[in-house]
Amino acid sequence: MAIPQYRVLPGPEGYLPPAAAGMGVILPRKKDEALVEGAIVTREEAMEKAAEKLLSAKKPYIFPGPLVLWNWKEGVAEKAQAIIALAKAANAGIIPMPDYRPKYPMINPAVEINPNHPNLTIWHNKIDVCVFVGVHCHYANVALKIIRGGTDCYTIAFCAEMGHEDAMISFREMGLAEIKQLTDLITRKKGESR
Amino acid sequence: MITQKIVDPDYLFFQSERSKMFITGSEAVSEAIKRANVDMAIAYPITPQSESMHLVGDLYAEGYLKDYFRGENEFSVMSAVAGAAMGGVRVFTATGGPGTMRAFEMFPTWAGARLPVVCAFFTRGVNSPLTIQPDTIEMAYMLDTGIMIFHAENAQDLYDMLLKAFVIAEQPEVHIPVGVFADGFFVTHTRDEVSTAPADLKLPAYDPYSSPVPVMDMNNVPLRQMRDPFVMKSNFISYAAHASWQQEVAAAAQRARRYIDHYLGGLVESENPGADIMIVASGTAVSQGRAAIIAAAGEGIDVGLLKIKCLRPFPTEEIKALTRHCKAIIVPEFNRIGWLAREIKAVVEDNSKVVDGPRVFGGMTMPTEMILESIRRCSA
Repeated sequence: MAIPQYRVLPGPEGYLPPAAAGMGVILPRKKDEALVEGAIVTREEAMEKAAEKLLSAKKPYIFPGPLVLWNWKEGVAEKAQAIIALAKAANAGIIPMPDYRPKYPMINPAVEINPNHPNLTIWHNKIDVCVFVGVHCHYANVALKIIRGGTDCYTIAFCAEMGHEDAMISFREMGLAEIKQLTDLITRKKGESR
Repeated sequence: MITQKIVDPDYLFFQSERSKMFITGSEAVSEAIKRANVDMAIAYPITPQSESMHLVGDLYAEGYLKDYFRGENEFSVMSAVAGAAMGGVRVFTATGGPGTMRAFEMFPTWAGARLPVVCAFFTRGVNSPLTIQPDTIEMAYMLDTGIMIFHAENAQDLYDMLLKAFVIAEQPEVHIPVGVFADGFFVTHTRDEVSTAPADLKLPAYDPYSSPVPVMDMNNVPLRQMRDPFVMKSNFISYAAHASWQQEVAAAAQRARRYIDHYLGGLVESENPGADIMIVASGTAVSQGRAAIIAAAGEGIDVGLLKIKCLRPFPTEEIKALTRHCKAIIVPEFNRIGWLAREIKAVVEDNSKVVDGPRVFGGMTMPTEMILESIRRCSA
């Protein structure tokens, strides 16, 4: 029996959603490729889709992780500024993921997100589209599956490495230039819709 | 420290000039580690592994490694190896048999902590009555620890797999341990011709800042104890976090497939894949199978060979495709329980054609005649 290609879609997918990598979803091999809902597309196509999702969202949020919250190496401060500019362009809120220590049940979901129970922050703030950026890959993947399992939030991942199959849109090697490119696209689309 | 030139892994593996050495498997370990730009190695002796880590100790004395020491026992070694990897260094160790058993708790810990440790396992008997002789039973226990498992047929495989294991394990989206297994004595204590890259070349250094989990140094965010105790409470949120974590470790092994294809030339190798009878084996059982195939050809019986190089991730689709046509699958093994036959039965479309064995254990060699007898029965 042929099993249809698994698609990475907003949930709630159920009690225990699978890892997309275990369902045959493969990360793109090329830098100018990305994943949209489990399928490999060009980075430009993924940017179009991400811009649409962010602009049509009721409550879009960016979740910056430790890799962009601390000025720990050259280039991070510029990247953080670019993320703020992206949030402004997309009219998105920002809730940080400052570290990975489990905080249940003490977390204040209004001000913080945690990879071990990210659904609490998404439910509390009624977030319908989110962007992960600057989160170590393992913790991003742990969180993205939990989000798909228990929420209907549309997930977008900016990865500085190879990307995340468990996000609905996944960019690999997402640097300063690419974040600015998405911001410009969103700004342009907003202008067109006026 | 010895000065070596850092080269691209593809250059070291595929393009550099090769020279032939007539060396033991243990010496092949030393030759691989010499070129692997390993920061640190930690050792504890156990037969048949002792000589390999002794030779790695010699490399330290010669200036190829930054640090080397002997642990208190295997559990201590594997724990220290975990600490070294968490601290962001490239680390190597080796063990085997009862040493594997003694250290066992640490193997799923390595995988769960996403540590790209490379460990050589030289298999031997572990079950009572105790024996130091060849037996691959410990591999059955290791299959589901979360680490990747390569199985070397000979000293050449051992050299190649060890060097390449570092590169595969350290890919940011993979970043789980690799166990390179070789059959004790048959590989470790016999000499073989091994083709090696120049000794003045080495792999690029490990970059711990691309790790999927924060490396534990104080230059790295979030700048504090970062591998906090996991969620261990009795509630669904804790269970879901743990489940997602386990899935992610398994997903990491799946992501390794493309690198195994590139560096090892695939998870399997096949010879004469259209034959009605296929021998499917890993480790030195492959060599015995190859000898039996030659003997069978002398009797006019056409037999193919499927060599499994990588057991985790398991080459499910490759085995399915390469055995779909055949009438019989013979699985020779050096252990009592037949763990490889079980694995193969679980993935082939018609598992009634899997011949359980032949098997030897407790240190026995496997005469080619045993496999040939199975071939004759299948062809009758």
